[in-house]
Amino acid sequence: MLMAEVTKLIHKYLRHDKKFPHVWCPGCGIGIMLGALIRAIDQSGFTKDEIVLIAGIGCTGRLPVYVDFNTLHTTHGRALTFATGVKLANPKLKVIVVMGDGDAVAIGGNHFIHAARRNIDLTAIILNNSVYGMTGGQFSPTTPYGMRTTTTMFSNVEQAFKISELAVTAGAVFVARGTVYHARMLDGLFEKAFMKTGFSVVEVVSHCHTQYGRLNHMGTAVEMMQWQKDHAVTVEKAVGMTDGDLADKIKIGVLVDRELPVFQDEYDKVRARAKGIKVP
Amino acid sequence: MVKKRHNNEKLLQGNEAIVQGALRAGCRFFAGYPITPATEISEVMSQRLPAVDGTFIQMEDEIASMGAIIGASLAGAKSMTATSGPGFSLMQENIGYACIAEVPCVVVNVMRGGPSTGLPTSPAQADVMQARWGTHGDHPMIALCPSTIRECYELTIKAFNFSEKYRNPVILLLDEVVAHMREKIILNDDEIDIFNRVKPTVPPEWYIPYEDTPVGIPPMSNFGEGYRYHVTGLTHDVRGFPTSRPDEIDPFIRRLFRKISQNFADLQVGEFFMTDDADVSVIAYGCVARSARRAVIDARERGIKAGLLKLNTIWPFMRIQVEKILQKSRCVIVPEMNMGQISREVKRVNKVGAKVFTINKVDSTIITPTEIFNRIREVC
Repeated sequence: MLMAEVTKLIHKYLRHDKKFPHVWCPGCGIGIMLGALIRAIDQSGFTKDEIVLIAGIGCTGRLPVYVDFNTLHTTHGRALTFATGVKLANPKLKVIVVMGDGDAVAIGGNHFIHAARRNIDLTAIILNNSVYGMTGGQFSPTTPYGMRTTTTMFSNVEQAFKISELAVTAGAVFVARGTVYHARMLDGLFEKAFMKTGFSVVEVVSHCHTQYGRLNHMGTAVEMMQWQKDHAVTVEKAVGMTDGDLADKIKIGVLVDRELPVFQDEYDKVRARAKGIKVP
Repeated sequence: MVKKRHNNEKLLQGNEAIVQGALRAGCRFFAGYPITPATEISEVMSQRLPAVDGTFIQMEDEIASMGAIIGASLAGAKSMTATSGPGFSLMQENIGYACIAEVPCVVVNVMRGGPSTGLPTSPAQADVMQARWGTHGDHPMIALCPSTIRECYELTIKAFNFSEKYRNPVILLLDEVVAHMREKIILNDDEIDIFNRVKPTVPPEWYIPYEDTPVGIPPMSNFGEGYRYHVTGLTHDVRGFPTSRPDEIDPFIRRLFRKISQNFADLQVGEFFMTDDADVSVIAYGCVARSARRAVIDARERGIKAGLLKLNTIWPFMRIQVEKILQKSRCVIVPEMNMGQISREVKRVNKVGAKVFTINKVDSTIITPTEIFNRIREVC
């Protein structure tokens, strides 16, 4: 892409009246994800007025403030509940929810599985960097067993949540995973998720070199992204691999794309029945 | 003689009257979670809302319910939730969010015995201070408390009007007695004013979403109407963007208080009953105000000049009216089903040295007219 093309999108979607600089550390993956998000929104054809971008609390939660949509920065873990209200009150809006791993599956875990179960028409994007970055590097529900964080200095003794697999089990109709190394692939995954009607989830594997990487001697942001490159396996390639081969790998691509009844469509039937109209 | 039955005459439970009032006020979104003794509000809402193209959703918990009604309000729907003590505790963080982000919404709390799981099927009035200070941080609050079915209906409409007008969450405090009691009401809708949020009239590029104006209440645009702006629970500047500048924080917090304090008169709902010549006055609210009225009538029949100030507005505290009573009456009795939450407020504003007596009942039963009457006789 030509540089002029890149800056065109920046001028189109970043807020001109927002006080920059942003809060993220140099080398953070959230900026890469934001870039992919903007390109995907631009590609998908939604207008800025139609998009409601909602986030919770944490490094990832700060994302909406920089972009020129209807933006909502909610309480910690509750982004999906606010999003549910927004979407049901005005179904014409395209509601995108951005959360971190702590936000989505620790404090917000209950809302996450229930939003998926309801199959409410939202897109949930979860940036998974395996740590609470903003508060200084405490372990999250996606911190792998045996890793060091500021609250597991003697090693993490808990098992990690697999976010995408959790979403599949809970009933999401579209689930995909990517990494911030595979930035262009993210563009496509986001766009597919936006076009899907129903609860869609994209898990974005990222890095926190400032906290998590430092405590676990994983090197710079570049080295951590190299790790993502080395450990990512596409869904297509994973088909021929054994569970043993896949043990330390990250499966990327579209994990699930299926059709299930969408809450709003079902609720329209409830409205009809309440008015005495017969619905099959 | 056969009494002519009014067309809009209904025998309603308090919880049902809340739903009637909410629908009349234009409520089109309800999110809730089952809890005794507030569940009937959810049940009736789930039946009534879809027929008027509204939305009822049963969320996974009360935190989610509160989040959903804030989201729905931002997208333009008048929204409400209903709960009782334990659920009200869970909602507090998001109630604070509605305060700081200035999102209109109505929260019904049908008070039951507490703390914790407490007494699910018994009445209490012990959440009065929680309604005021339940969420963290300094913030103004509006809380209304009905004592009759008619008031359930009217105060629910007022709650929506106040929330839309002042861009603040409004708490409707019921007790289990009023919520489950049935009374006849006539729904004469013609005289009811409905207030809708003031929207910006300037072009989007001129819109300053949290602008400080003399009124103190900035116009509110709904999501999707072309005014793209940022809503956050962080302390923000006039554009809605997070700030940590003392010179932006101070005027913001002060404006939040000012928008309520400079409209105290509009927010005071209550009733003086036989207080003009009263030597002894009762100040009561909720189901206890019903007993108090009976006690005052009984006292008058026995030649005691008794009166009643019924508080329908709990917060902001009806200081002017209470001061009037304290000046007029030698002694004042505050009966309530807690250890003294409103009586402490009465004592706080008692600058004239009137005698303030209390009746505090915390055994899960209503304070009876006899108990109040006996106290009136004692203190006279």
